[in-house]
Amino acid sequence: MSASDPGPPRDDLAVDARGLVKHFTTRKQVTKAVDGVDLRIPTGSVFGLLGPNGAGKTTVVRMLATLLRPDAGTARVLGHDVVADADAVRSAVGLTGQYASVDEDLTGTENLLMLARLYGFTGAAARRRVEGLLDAFSLSDAGPRQVKTYSGGMRRRIDLAASLVLAPRVLFLDEPTTGLDPRSRNQVWDIVRVLVADGATVLLTTQYLEEADQLADRIAVIDHGTVIAEGTSTELKRSVGQGAVSIRLADAGQRSAAASVVEKVLGTEPTLPTDPYALSARVPDDGADSVAQLLPALGEAGIAVPEFTLGQPSLDEVFLTLTGKPLPADDEAEPADAQEVSR
Amino acid sequence: MTASAEPTEIATTTLRQAVALTEPPSRPSALSMTLTFGWRALLKIKHVPEQLFDVLVSPVIFTLMFTYLFGGALAGSTSAYIQFLLPGILVQTIVIVTVYTGYTLNTDITKGVFDRFRSLPIWRPAPIVGALLGDTVRYSIASVMTIGLGLILGFRPDGGGVGVVLGVLLLLVFAFSLSWIFTILGLLLRTPNAVMGVSMMVLMPLTFASNIFVDPSTMPAALQRFVEINPVTHLVTAVRGLMAGTPDGGEIVWVLVASVVLTAVFGPITMHLYRTRH
Repeated sequence: MSASDPGPPRDDLAVDARGLVKHFTTRKQVTKAVDGVDLRIPTGSVFGLLGPNGAGKTTVVRMLATLLRPDAGTARVLGHDVVADADAVRSAVGLTGQYASVDEDLTGTENLLMLARLYGFTGAAARRRVEGLLDAFSLSDAGPRQVKTYSGGMRRRIDLAASLVLAPRVLFLDEPTTGLDPRSRNQVWDIVRVLVADGATVLLTTQYLEEADQLADRIAVIDHGTVIAEGTSTELKRSVGQGAVSIRLADAGQRSAAASVVEKVLGTEPTLPTDPYALSARVPDDGADSVAQLLPALGEAGIAVPEFTLGQPSLDEVFLTLTGKPLPADDEAEPADAQEVSR
Repeated sequence: MTASAEPTEIATTTLRQAVALTEPPSRPSALSMTLTFGWRALLKIKHVPEQLFDVLVSPVIFTLMFTYLFGGALAGSTSAYIQFLLPGILVQTIVIVTVYTGYTLNTDITKGVFDRFRSLPIWRPAPIVGALLGDTVRYSIASVMTIGLGLILGFRPDGGGVGVVLGVLLLLVFAFSLSWIFTILGLLLRTPNAVMGVSMMVLMPLTFASNIFVDPSTMPAALQRFVEINPVTHLVTAVRGLMAGTPDGGEIVWVLVASVVLTAVFGPITMHLYRTRH
């Protein structure tokens, strides 16, 4: 069990995972869903696990939440081993995700009431707890309705409420905002912020750099079952460069002229997307000054630029830099995680 | 559909107060957790009454069809045949309904509800045992329906009310034990429909190659031997005896022992699969 064991377990960590491995076998094909992941999450912080579909995020969370037994490595949550002391972990952890769901046939109230009773709330205390949560999540009116009638945002809120019935000290949120509209997404973010301000530790998986950026103190980028980079969001972005400029031209015929101006001023080769009016270029590390010169330089060359944006690097760029290949499309099948659902 | 219920903002203070928990409750007993899951099964019957459709309709069709189609030919008259047929139809109905246990368990898995339960600090068998208890309610409803219809059609059991109730109780015990086989299928197969298909493939021969519809003495010798070892045959004979007021002690003991063996073998296998499943 001591595949990687650098030092004794640490008490200041809410999650301390070392060398986690999980392989799945389907039709003699081995999928290395998680292939040696170390995570150290300090108590009271938000940790973002960032990666594309099928990277192994969900498998990591499922191992930490005691739903999957690691093939190798160890993990402790609040000092409890996820295999040997699984029940203690379950008492301290709340889980929300694609795979830990409420019952769609029951009403919101019934779902929460069932959980409250399973946790040991009885009679009026259970009802009070449930009503308080429904009220806080703006679901009081929807409480008596079957969950299958809920909108996406309401659905995500009842899932969150369900994981908070016992006020867990560690919360695992598996893609909590995937598929939500911006307002619902902001609501989920607000909830997470309040919980963390009150002392909870949150492990959040996401495909969106923005989400990790908004919420997480530290981020680990995961791909093909391994952590390929870890740091604060500023550190990760710095590893990619200062950002990128995107330019939109009034005349597509001027694109090659514009590209040579950009290359001369910034010193980096611009990329030419399929849109014939657009081009973009990375800003070099010391390129803040040259960006300022770019617009006048384009003007001198007689190139009309109706749109000029300077953006931070996107997850795609972080990913491209770290792995040397673009981020897979959103809707692509996820071999590792999809396999879990069906088994 | 839901637009009116969409809220504006999540109120921070309300949220803090709602989540804060000064005194965590003490852990409930295994029995109390199991009953909570039984309550869930009843709520599902309440919210999705369609799931009772099969339970209620198939015994009606089978009873009517066999009584009037074959009753005269097989037993001389429909009223003579129904005395023989009804306990058998009852057994068939309940045995087939046990499949839903595996079906609903598999549905929970595919919808992710199952993982929520597994992530809770609860007595591990509670979700499954609770579901089985809830299913017992479903079996009771099906029993009442079938016997009620039988009474209307002229079923007059000599064992009286006591005999009928004892027959149903024996059947419920067996059904509860048999369900463990379907929980295993529910945990192993990929989709609820696969569970349904495989289970029916097993149950069809078990219910038809038995003494439910006809006296096996006219069957070919090989088939007779199968019918004799078929647990459904023993169950039907025991239930018939109880309802006819001529209880067959040997068959009743056989059924009870079979129930214990089913539970002792397939219960632990189910729990093992439940714990180790990804």
